[in-house]
Amino acid sequence: MEMAVASRDLIADPMLPSLATVVERRRELSDVWTLDLEVEDPAVLAFKPGQFNMLYALGVGEAAISVSGDPDGATRLIHTIRDVGKVSHALSHAEPGTQLGVRGPFGTAWPVEKAYGKDVVVLAGGLGLAPLRPAIYHLLANRERYGRLAILYGARGPEDLLFEDQLAEWRGHLDVQLEVTVDHADTRWRGNVGVVTGLIRRADFDPDETEAFVCGPEIMMRFCAEALYDAGVAGDAVHLSMERHMKCAIGHCGRCQYGPYLICRDGAVFAYDKLRDLLTMKEL
Amino acid sequence: MEQRGLDTIISQHEFFSGLDPAFSELVAGCAKNVRFETDSYLFHQGDEATEFYLIRHGRVGLEIKAPGRAPMRFLTAGEGDIVGISWLIPPYTWNYDAKALDLVRAVSLDATCLRGKCETDNSLGYELMKRFVPALADRLHSTRLQLLDLYGKPA
Repeated sequence: MEMAVASRDLIADPMLPSLATVVERRRELSDVWTLDLEVEDPAVLAFKPGQFNMLYALGVGEAAISVSGDPDGATRLIHTIRDVGKVSHALSHAEPGTQLGVRGPFGTAWPVEKAYGKDVVVLAGGLGLAPLRPAIYHLLANRERYGRLAILYGARGPEDLLFEDQLAEWRGHLDVQLEVTVDHADTRWRGNVGVVTGLIRRADFDPDETEAFVCGPEIMMRFCAEALYDAGVAGDAVHLSMERHMKCAIGHCGRCQYGPYLICRDGAVFAYDKLRDLLTMKEL
Repeated sequence: MEQRGLDTIISQHEFFSGLDPAFSELVAGCAKNVRFETDSYLFHQGDEATEFYLIRHGRVGLEIKAPGRAPMRFLTAGEGDIVGISWLIPPYTWNYDAKALDLVRAVSLDATCLRGKCETDNSLGYELMKRFVPALADRLHSTRLQLLDLYGKPA
């Protein structure tokens, strides 16, 4: 029996990718694509909201990509990828039928259980909506477990808004406050214009009984976390998903070191009070 | 039906929250209720800034026109916000257009009247300044964030 366990552990080497096949590829924005993957190893589907996988474009390289699909009863792995480099270009342009390698899931998760009974503020910027989407799925599927739910989303312009169909669907929930803003727009845009931090003032939540999940570019998260903190949300109740270039994803190589932390091992989701000083440190 | 006085409406507006009732009365003396239909303008760039607005309902788009470019909307003001700061600063001229994106209900405050009362009663002037400076600082901070281009694509 012990031998069998040891043997299984050997097979579950976290550095060894399993195979996945692209079954669908959707264009979200001019440079952002979503891939649906069928996986050979079902363990890869047992992810928590906020976790990431190392996706391997065979012969090109690996990149850490957050899961953007529904964590409950997932039958496919869904990843949303911006085409910014060699590996992400290969991944985002993988046509249906292409085989990829997958390692994961890795990293800490959005603390959706810690938020039971509390108000929740989900604050996304740009592509940061993708790693938050699994948490939103979970919050909506377990709506009765939470207090008020505010989803606040900011993007550069109307053409940069991700998952627009889903935004419309979430807007239809009477028990969800969805606020969307863009930094700049021409006068044809009928929605809100202004920085994402401005949405916090409009959101309906009790700061003493709130958990906030924030994801987006680091500078955006810094200002949003400060604004939430200034609004009275405790530092350990504001959670940020950090991003650094990751290689091993298991805390060995040190490539993703961020001050005293390794993002892959200790994050990517951190409480703001752990990062507060680091976020304002130059060249970190 | 109970008709709320302008001083009550003003003191219940987020911008004037906690204002001393005596000051509310003074401010109300310069105020009137106004409404703007969707797509109508509160004011235009270059016009004299004769009023400022406490938005009670609806959204107002603040837009800048520049030659050779499509007009750009840089801010949407909504319920609880104020529209118009130029009335405080000579030469009292609007620097942008303000357009009603929905039916907008607001309290309009007459700039000449209010400036006159602030000159006469400096404590009212100081009270207003304490409310306008944070609003200005907030706008400045937001402008900095817009300049930072928070969502700029990675190099």
